[in-house]
Amino acid sequence: MPTKGEKDALTGRETTGHEWDGVRELNTPLPKWWLYTFIASIVFAVGYSVLYPAVPWLHGHTTGVLGYTNRGAVASEIAATAARQAPILDRIRVTDLAAIPKDPALYAYAVAGGKAAFADNCVPCHRAGGAGAPGYPMLAGDRWLWGGTLEAIHQTISHGVRNDDPDSRQSAMPRFGLDGMLTAAQIGDVADFVRSLSGNKAPPDAIQRGSKIFAENCAACHGETGTGNPDIGAPNLTAKISLYGSDRVTVVDVITRARNSSMPSWGRRLDPVTIKMLAIYVHSLGGGR
Amino acid sequence: MTVPAADPSHGEFSLDVPFFGDRQKVYPRKVKGPVRSIKWAVLIGCLAIYYIAPWLRWDRGPGHPDQAFLIDMPGRRAYFLNLEIWPQEVYYIAGLLILGAIGLFFVTSLFGRMWCGFTCPQTVWTDLFMWAERLIEGDRMARVRLDQQPWTLAKLGKKLGKHGVWLVIAAMTGGAWIMYFNDAPTVTRDILTLQASTTVYFFVGLFTSTTYLLAGWAREQVCTYMCPWPRFQAAMVDDQTLTVTYRGWRGEPRGKHHKGETWQGRGDCVDCHACVAACPTGIDIRDGLQLECIGCGLCIDACNEIMERVERPRGLIGFDTYANRAAHERGTTAHPRFIRPRTVVYVLIMLAAMGAMLAMVLERSTASLTVLPDRSPLFVRLSDGSIRNGYVVKIQNKAGIARTFDLRGIGLTSATLQIAEGEGPAVAAVEGVPLTVKPDAVATFHAYVHAPKTGQAETGFVLIARAREDGESVDYHATFRGPTD
Repeated sequence: MPTKGEKDALTGRETTGHEWDGVRELNTPLPKWWLYTFIASIVFAVGYSVLYPAVPWLHGHTTGVLGYTNRGAVASEIAATAARQAPILDRIRVTDLAAIPKDPALYAYAVAGGKAAFADNCVPCHRAGGAGAPGYPMLAGDRWLWGGTLEAIHQTISHGVRNDDPDSRQSAMPRFGLDGMLTAAQIGDVADFVRSLSGNKAPPDAIQRGSKIFAENCAACHGETGTGNPDIGAPNLTAKISLYGSDRVTVVDVITRARNSSMPSWGRRLDPVTIKMLAIYVHSLGGGR
Repeated sequence: MTVPAADPSHGEFSLDVPFFGDRQKVYPRKVKGPVRSIKWAVLIGCLAIYYIAPWLRWDRGPGHPDQAFLIDMPGRRAYFLNLEIWPQEVYYIAGLLILGAIGLFFVTSLFGRMWCGFTCPQTVWTDLFMWAERLIEGDRMARVRLDQQPWTLAKLGKKLGKHGVWLVIAAMTGGAWIMYFNDAPTVTRDILTLQASTTVYFFVGLFTSTTYLLAGWAREQVCTYMCPWPRFQAAMVDDQTLTVTYRGWRGEPRGKHHKGETWQGRGDCVDCHACVAACPTGIDIRDGLQLECIGCGLCIDACNEIMERVERPRGLIGFDTYANRAAHERGTTAHPRFIRPRTVVYVLIMLAAMGAMLAMVLERSTASLTVLPDRSPLFVRLSDGSIRNGYVVKIQNKAGIARTFDLRGIGLTSATLQIAEGEGPAVAAVEGVPLTVKPDAVATFHAYVHAPKTGQAETGFVLIARAREDGESVDYHATFRGPTD
């Protein structure tokens, strides 16, 4: 039988009526506003469950009358961003590449957009900021295999190097060692000569012999003085930086089997606006001419 | 007294026992006296500061807001009279918060919850709302009767009038809050002509509704249930702290007293419940210091009125210490000691915080230079064997005029500095690259430093930016990186 208002004799306060082994609990009621807040959150939960996806079924879930999904929200945000970017991207599309750097707003946007596209597509080989890696040219420096002007960079990105794109940069260094064009001793001498062009030390008689071999075999592409030719991707050998490394073993290896590395044709993968922005970004890295 | 034996007829639980307690509505009675007068003065002072401060003008020259106190969120600036705070300087607020917290501890250790009872916004606005309530519905007994009587047109009118006045006060409060974040005259006109932004209306609405709910409806429940301060105030209060105290040694044994009866063998408390009726949190101070007591001291005034009427000395309730109470139990008295290790430490911390803040304000420069080295590539080898490092250089110009800073580096032999602009590295420099920064702005540049290979992984050098206009100079200790081979 429920009792009404049973009081604890010591404190004079009501008890809850529970009893555990002779111990009774004083009733300390929660404030009503707490109860109302609890009820309000239940009401909120009901409303939320009706409006938004809430109850999981075995296959799928309730969709809610608003039809909201996280995926849909992201898609609409992406669409809104694309719509917001469309005007300036259109301006980049119609503006001549050389004219973009003269428009500060377009230039700033192109550098930022190019930076993002570079991070997505180019960083695996050329490293962040165009730092480069052995076999993958440094883009922030001042030595360019295929030319460092905005136009040249744009051409290289659009069609790539030594791939099946008919417009790609094409050239092939002969495999002087593997194809038996030079003996091992001759390759050693020419390597010594090439390394001396960028200030490395070597025996004078080896350099002497190597310079003759160079004049006969290499100067056609790399130039009489070894300064290279960007039209055919022949590197400047007098620069104190090297694509593959400037130690003797590496230079001998490059002459023996030739590397002839390639780069994809990005015109087939990216839209023209992105390629324009990439060219401007790469040009801005500090080595553009 | 014995505990009744367990009744076997008791069920596991009883539905008649209330699990949720109704709020015991408090009907504080109007009181007169020195404490009440101080409270009115504090109330008027605090509200005046709050409502008037955003309207004060302060000339900062053209292109700058002329509001004395303004937090410009979109512009990322805070203006306090002559001080213009940038987001990077928010640590001033840390100093203010330390001062505020320690100041609160200091006052509490001396006088108990004086902050709560006199200056806390919850108390000030509740007091203001109670004043409006008393004006419309009458004093304590009239309000109790009004709540108990059935609904009539007159009761409806009084209730509607009261809530209407409350809402007007609340709206003015919310509106005033907005004015600290907008130009006050402009935003007031915009609000009234319905041209203000949704954000403005949202925040006016938010602060209107919270003021109305907290000061009109929640009142003492905010202090008892929501506020964390009463929960740990005990850590600051000790036996030398002056708190609102019922001087039981004088008052007990209490009992009704009729005129002409002797005061011999009994206490001064006539058990009139005037102190209970005056209490805005509805407690009986004679039960001792308790969680709900906000230390407002209105029971002191209420009791003094009664003491004068029964011709007994005033001060049966007053600000007193636990030590004095304990001393009276031993038959002596104890004067409060204000200088104690606790209060001395609080003062020292406050002085240290104030000194640090003052030093920061006095040493505040109107320019700053930040240099972030490029993280990739860390350095670039150039064809001629030299090394180039890239840096993002940010120059903050906190002055009200555009200034041209000459940027140069010292400490690197044969080094040159270039600034990348538009189409690429353009400006070569020997004496310093002139960089113009707009007033009140941060300008970002990309700088290249060329130097011959040193063989050191890191070489320290200093970049200096010197303003041509006033010669102000700021420097940054940067690092030049290079290969070790």
